[in-house]
Amino acid sequence: MRCIIIDDESTARIIIEQLCSSVSNLNVVSQFPNAMQAIKFLNENSVDLIFLDIHMPDFSGFDFIKTLKNPPNIIVTTSDKEYALEAFEYGFIVDYLVKPITLERFQKAVEKVSQKGTTSSSVSVPVDDKNVDDVLYVNIDRRLIKIDIPSIYLIESKGDYINVKTEGKNYVVHSTLKKIECKLPSDLFLKVHRSFIINIKKIIDIEDNSVLIKKDVIPVSRSNRPELMKRLNLL
Amino acid sequence: METPNLNYIKNLSGGDLEFEKKIIDIIKKELPEEIKIYKTFVLEEKYKDIAEIVHKLKHKISILGLEKSYELAVAFEKNLLKREMLLKDDFEKIFTNMTNFINQLK
Repeated sequence: MRCIIIDDESTARIIIEQLCSSVSNLNVVSQFPNAMQAIKFLNENSVDLIFLDIHMPDFSGFDFIKTLKNPPNIIVTTSDKEYALEAFEYGFIVDYLVKPITLERFQKAVEKVSQKGTTSSSVSVPVDDKNVDDVLYVNIDRRLIKIDIPSIYLIESKGDYINVKTEGKNYVVHSTLKKIECKLPSDLFLKVHRSFIINIKKIIDIEDNSVLIKKDVIPVSRSNRPELMKRLNLL
Repeated sequence: METPNLNYIKNLSGGDLEFEKKIIDIIKKELPEEIKIYKTFVLEEKYKDIAEIVHKLKHKISILGLEKSYELAVAFEKNLLKREMLLKDDFEKIFTNMTNFINQLK
């Protein structure tokens, strides 16, 4: 089984790594001091099992879990007993180990994973519009910032960057319209121009070749206008 | 006061001296740093930050087999989250106990 360890404490990571070495079929492929680094790793790699600390600064284990589309088995490792109930609400959390973790308890937890099987092996943040969450994480200054997708009303392409406008805030992200488009639900968002994606529900009015969203007047290209009109609930 | 020990580390190591050295070296390095950070946050009365560093120290306390001290740390962390310093003096006594123990280890 390929596994990773996510824990902000170095002592905890070393201890879990040592515990893993006591199980023959367990291969620690990487370990991370924070969830953000793990998310980046999981965008390009798949694992069978994650040892996950819940109590971490900035981005908790539960925040991390919410970014997973096809979660593998997870064993929670924590000093806090009070998260157990919440943890078991997630079907893919196989066990809950309270630190300091003993060898016997650890082996029992891994045995549970083996019995359950490792059918869910790939992990990634949303990559297609059929399986998209209502949140999107964008990388800004090495931080993954969570954006509530329904709050986005406009995305504008500006060279190598996109400006994501939401109800509360604007985010300038190093990305392309094409990349973000495939992560948005297609029933809600539409590319109306080569430089603009709009949230259809936020349209205030449409006039010839433009739409008004909030205070922004957005051009609609001739080729995209029929699709826009098709999506509207016209009287 | 209870005495720190290496029982937990020895149990995990199964004779793996490299692992024992690695974990002891990390505790030797991080413990004084975390105590220093703790003291700074206490002076600044940053309750949430103190609770965070107590949370980290808590794990080291448990690794060194200090069961009663661990329970005290759990209670102190909860107090801090309520913006209370109750148990602070008792908690700080654990530092001396751990530091003395870890410093005499080779």
